[in-house]
Amino acid sequence: MVGLVLVSHSSAIAEGTAELLRHMAGEVEVAAVGGDTDGALGTDPERIKEAIEGLDADEVLVFMDIGSAVLSAETVLDVLEPEHKQKVRLVDAPFVEGAFAAAVLASTGADADECTEAAEEARTELKLYNEE
Amino acid sequence: MGATRDTLSVIQEMATAMEEHRRHLTQLDSEIGDGDHGNNMHRGFQAALERLAATNPETPSDILKSCSMALINKVGGAAGPLYGTAFLRASTALSEKEELSAEDVAAAIEAAAAGVKQRGKSEVGDKTMVDALEPAARAAKEAASSGKGVGEVLRAAADSAGEGAGATVPLTANRGLASYLGARAAGHMDPGARSSYLLLDAAARALGA
Repeated sequence: MVGLVLVSHSSAIAEGTAELLRHMAGEVEVAAVGGDTDGALGTDPERIKEAIEGLDADEVLVFMDIGSAVLSAETVLDVLEPEHKQKVRLVDAPFVEGAFAAAVLASTGADADECTEAAEEARTELKLYNEE
Repeated sequence: MGATRDTLSVIQEMATAMEEHRRHLTQLDSEIGDGDHGNNMHRGFQAALERLAATNPETPSDILKSCSMALINKVGGAAGPLYGTAFLRASTALSEKEELSAEDVAAAIEAAAAGVKQRGKSEVGDKTMVDALEPAARAAKEAASSGKGVGEVLRAAADSAGEGAGATVPLTANRGLASYLGARAAGHMDPGARSSYLLLDAAARALGA
């Protein structure tokens, strides 16, 4: 089973995205990690690490929003024990749309490759179509 | 253990420097960033001192690793992961060593600079810590290969970092929050380059150089 960790500067964004995923994708392991150590806007590597370690999943996809969320997630990979590190990958995709696509596939039992591919495609997926 | 004691003095001196320059770093950061760098670095190094006191690491490598974990978890922003990575890579470069040569110290600075470059995806001229750290690594290597001692290697690194930090003033930023400011970032020193200089300067002073 693929699980997701959502890392945002804002706990409201992380929690809200997790709520959306659970509602739309149903049975999927999602952990939301938002805000810094004091609950202010920012990211908190320690909680990112704990979320990865605590997720009940064989493979873990991490989604990050902006700036230091990416640096924090990358740094956590450096300090994870090998048993956890080998099941984690960071996904380069839009935060909400990418996590949503991955979660829907994860809920169908897709593997991490398939979920990642779907998340990455969310970057170029058009929302508005020009009438030809 | 000489090198262990020296490494602890270096961290202590770095923490003192972050305390002394807290307001100035925060002021630099409020000009082109989110105005928390001085406070964040001060908090991170205080956490590092507490962690060292609690865990009592016995080698230079273990001391640097312990600091790295404190900085990653307590500094916040981009600086936490970046400085955490710097200390972690320096720790790895010195692993298993109980005494340190000038070459070892230069290699640790080089590893730290390379780690920051890689993590921040930055080059010299982007108005970041790399503008201080890359020249510092080069100067440290040159000093070590011309037979200088550990203190002189750190002094050479610090002086070059200081020049590099000064050279960020006219630049526009290509990374971090300041990159959103475009031309308005010019005319201000990069706070991360400045703190990199201050840390290397503290390291050199801790060894009397």
